[in-house]
Order: sequence, then structure tokens, then C-alpha cells
Amino acid sequence: MTDIILETRDLTKHYGGVHALTGANFILRKGEHVAIMGDNGAGKSTFVRQITGVEQRTRGEIIFNGSAVSFETPMDARKAGIETVFQSLALADELDVPDNLFLGRELVKVNLGPFSILDYKAMRERTMMALEKTGVKIPNIRNKIRNMSGGQRQCVAIARTATFHSKLTIMDEPTAALGVQETAQVENIVRTLKEAGEPLILISHNMRQVFDLVDRVVVFRRGRICANLDIKNEDVTGEDVVAYITGAKTQAGYEDAA
Amino acid sequence: MADHNSHGTGGLVFDSKKRAWPNEMNVLLALLLMIGLFELLGALTMGQSFLFDSDGRFDTIFNEARLKIIILQVSIIGIIAIGSTQVIISGGIDLSPGSIVGLTAMIAMSFAQTAMVNGNPNPKAIFGESWMDLPVIIPILVALGVGLLAGFVNGALIAYTKIPPFIATLGMMVAARGAAKWWSKGNPISFPTDQFSSIGNGLNGWAPVIIFVGLAVLFHLILKYTVYGKHTYAIGSNEDAARMSGIKVNRHKVLVYTIAGMLAGLSAIVLASKNLTAQAGMGVMYELDAIAMTVIGGISLAGGRGSLVGTVLGALIFGVIISGFTFLRLDAYYQEMVKGFIIVAAVVLDQWRQRRAGSKV
Repeated sequence: MTDIILETRDLTKHYGGVHALTGANFILRKGEHVAIMGDNGAGKSTFVRQITGVEQRTRGEIIFNGSAVSFETPMDARKAGIETVFQSLALADELDVPDNLFLGRELVKVNLGPFSILDYKAMRERTMMALEKTGVKIPNIRNKIRNMSGGQRQCVAIARTATFHSKLTIMDEPTAALGVQETAQVENIVRTLKEAGEPLILISHNMRQVFDLVDRVVVFRRGRICANLDIKNEDVTGEDVVAYITGAKTQAGYEDAA
Repeated sequence: MADHNSHGTGGLVFDSKKRAWPNEMNVLLALLLMIGLFELLGALTMGQSFLFDSDGRFDTIFNEARLKIIILQVSIIGIIAIGSTQVIISGGIDLSPGSIVGLTAMIAMSFAQTAMVNGNPNPKAIFGESWMDLPVIIPILVALGVGLLAGFVNGALIAYTKIPPFIATLGMMVAARGAAKWWSKGNPISFPTDQFSSIGNGLNGWAPVIIFVGLAVLFHLILKYTVYGKHTYAIGSNEDAARMSGIKVNRHKVLVYTIAGMLAGLSAIVLASKNLTAQAGMGVMYELDAIAMTVIGGISLAGGRGSLVGTVLGALIFGVIISGFTFLRLDAYYQEMVKGFIIVAAVVLDQWRQRRAGSKV
């Protein structure tokens, strides 16, 4: 039994002639928090979309929790234990917080196939528990998402991943649109996950945040991985990371990315 | 609740009282306003009350005949509007139910004919003797089947060919009308069994009302308390989010349109049985009246918003307008002009309300 939760080998995605992602070899260990950094269009989101079943890869292997996987849909990935907070949030604006948390996996009182009767009370209670667990504060969980601020929406999206015991959490720029307080709140949630030993892939542009939160940084450049930096144990500065992102430096072993 | 984490965006509460003013209340107010207006006009122009009994009887306060007419004349289109409501909430539109009514009425009536009319063989017979005087369940099942099939074709086209619902159901609207005319080469089909005619005329004429109200209650519960309803709202609200959450969006859409088709089939049974005849031209424009009822009832054409309570109130507003104009002895032409005005006004008011709600955040 290895302690590797996720591994990709030669993961590649082409959109027609555009090589969005080429030969990505990536490893994530249990309990580890890894940040993925890189310029816009460097292949970060493409990488995540292949892992989470949103898109189908051109070639390569994904090994999750010890076995090779091929997720047809995001739901397959979620069933296997990969929870993702997408950049586009994936919330239904006209529904309230419990509805969104349990969207696609509603709790039911009486099972009648598609006409199963919803257990609103249980969903509300578990929503409250999830929000308390993650320290998320929402004035009224019966509010529709439409009436919430960007930070509240983000918190709902993240709380959704925390509601279900996931084996891996992926966050795609969770604080990009948030204010200072809201960012702090999201970062608190990330720390909670770390304490609970839940592995995380964090896509972020925020250098301070990355150095505060994660163990390791993987840098993407023009669709390839160009650096793998152990920032907790090695002497790596923000300037180094910027140099990798911009292409001023390339780590030994990743020369083909240059 | 003790606040141990001072930063954040407010407390964590569930307050069932703290709910927004439901949109349905506005529709109800509009309905009451409309009734009040007709009362006033009636009192001023004729010295008569619109809804209340003005014959000086002591056993009743309301003018029951008018109340019945108000609901009865919207019941048949109301059944269609129930289907349209869930289609529109799911973010789609259905233009075909009027034509499905025509087609279904023709086919179902063919299985509901009686062999002997006043001692003579049925002059409008479609099938031979052995297909006459069938138990009433046969035409009902046939109608549900035809509606189901037409709705299924709509749903499958929309879900799997990705053509817009407007186009798919427009195609069905034209094709089903053609099929209705083809079925008996344009001839009306008449003389149903007594059992069949009791569907639309039974219970002292209240049967259609009871069917409409029963279906409305059933579908209100389905939309509000079942997974089906939740997914319908979710798809209309954000289809991508619904898909990413693992909802089988395509399958669900097929189901939504299939149910709408079956409701159109049911509506056809009530209509044909009430009229004791089926004609290929039955149900023309019903789909637009049904859509108008939902829109007046506050269901957003953008999807995800509104409820069946709104649609029922919208239908009642329709009924009140029609009865009110008859009561004031005004021409039917005015009715349609006012109906058109109200449809547009309902949408304008709703959008204005949405913008105001949006800017409050």
C-alpha cells in the first residue's frame, strides 16, 4: 500500500491543434497540500478538468487511490471521492444553500425513483453541521444563492466539498474574486482540511497564500510542468517561483518544458 | 449564538420566518385587484355585483354560477399549463401541446365511440363494430399513450440533438396538427359512450375543475417535495451546474417534456368528452394561452423561478378577465386586447422586481 493518493503519467490534452497540456507527471501523497501555479493559459485548469472528468484526456494515465481511473463525468469523479470547487462555482442561483449542497445527491425520505420525496430537515441539519465544521458563516441558509455576495457563494461552494467525506479536494482559484475577510475565511477552511489530513490541490495566483498554506508548489508553463518545489523543506523564495512561472528558470529534470 | 470566530459574513441561522415576500402574493394581489375592478365597474354601470349574489337569495353569498364558469373555462387549458410550468421552470418552452390536444382528441375519441346512436349505427364510426363501446379506460390509456409519445419525441429531440426547445416543439406543433387532420381525413369524430362523456360533464359539470385542481395539487407537491422537482429547478437555474453536480440533465429533460405531453393528452380527453366530439382543429392556440397563464403567474421564462401556485393564480386571472368582460357585456375583441396587455405587463413587472431585488444585495 503506497501513500500516493493521485498520480498522473504523461497526462496530455489537445484541443484540435492546441496542445493545452503535454506529458504531465504529477504525484500527490495522502495529507499533502499542493499548489498549482502558472500563467493564464499555462494548462492549470486543463489539468484539473482531465482529472475530474469534465473533459476526456487525449492520452495518459490517471491513478487515483491505487487504481487506474477514467472518469466519464464529474459525478464519477465525485463518487470516487474527488470534490472540486470550480472557478465557475457550479451553483444553481435560484436554489438555497442546502439545495445546492445536496444537488445531485439529495437525501430522500421515501425512495420513489425520480419522484423520491426529499428530506428537507435532514439536509438542513447536515448543512448547518457542514458550515459549522468549516467555519463558514451565512446569514440565512434559506437565502437563494442569487441574493448572496461573491464570498458567500464561494463559501457555499467550498462547504459543499466539506459536506461529503472526500479523499481529495481540488480548488480552482477559490479566492480570486474575494475581499480580504472572505479570503481569510476561505484560507481558514483550507487549514481545517489540512488539520483533518485531507489532501488538496489548490490552483492559485496568490504567492502569499500559497506560501502560507501548502507544502509543495508545482509550476505549469505552456502546457507542461516545469518545476516541482518543496517549499516547506527547501529554501525556495517567491522570486524563484516567479522565475519558473515566467520561464526565466527551469528546474533540472524538466528541461523539455523550456 | 456565541460568536467565537469574529471575522466572517454574519451569523449562522436558519430562520423559517425570515423569508422573502413570495412572488405568488403579487399575483394574488393582481387577481384580487382585477376582481375589485370588475365589482366596481359592475356596480357603476349596471348596479350588479360581479362575484357576489345579487338575486337576493338567502342560501348563498356568492354567485356560484359565475364562480364555476371562471374556473371551468380555464380548467382544460389549465391542465396544459401545469405541463408548461414545469417545462418553463426547466428553462425550456413547449409550443406543441395545442396540437397534441387536437391529435390526441381525434385518436382517443376513435376508441370511445358508441355503436348505436338513437337506434341507428354510428354515422361517424372510425373502426368496426368490435372496436365500439369499449370500456372508458381504453380511450384514456390511448390518450395518455399518444401524449406520452409526442412528449417523448419532443424531449428526446431537445436533449439529444441539442436543437432549441422552441424549434423542436414548433416542429411537433405543425406535425401533430397535420396528423390530427390525416387521422380521419379531416372529418370530426363524434358520439362517445356515456362513460366517456361523463369525464368532461360528470359531477354536475364540475369534473374538469376537479381534474384540473387535483393535477395542480399533485404537481405542486411533486415540484416542491421531490427530487424530480428539485432537479427541474436546478436545470432551469444553471444547467452547467446541474450537469457538474451529476444530475442526468438529458434524461431529466426527456422526462419533463414527456410529462408535459401526457398532460396535454389528459387535457384532450376532458375537452373531447366535454364537447362530445373531436375535431382536428381542437386546441389551436392553447399552448400560447397556457404559456400566458404561467407568465402571468410569475414563472420566469429564463427558468428556475416560479411555482404552480402562481400558474393556478394566473389561470384564475385569465378566467376572471373572460367572465368579467362577459359580465360587462363587452365584445370578445376587447378581451384579447386586454389579455395581450396583461401578459406583457406581467413580464415587465417581474423584470422590474428582479432588478430591484438584485440591486439590494
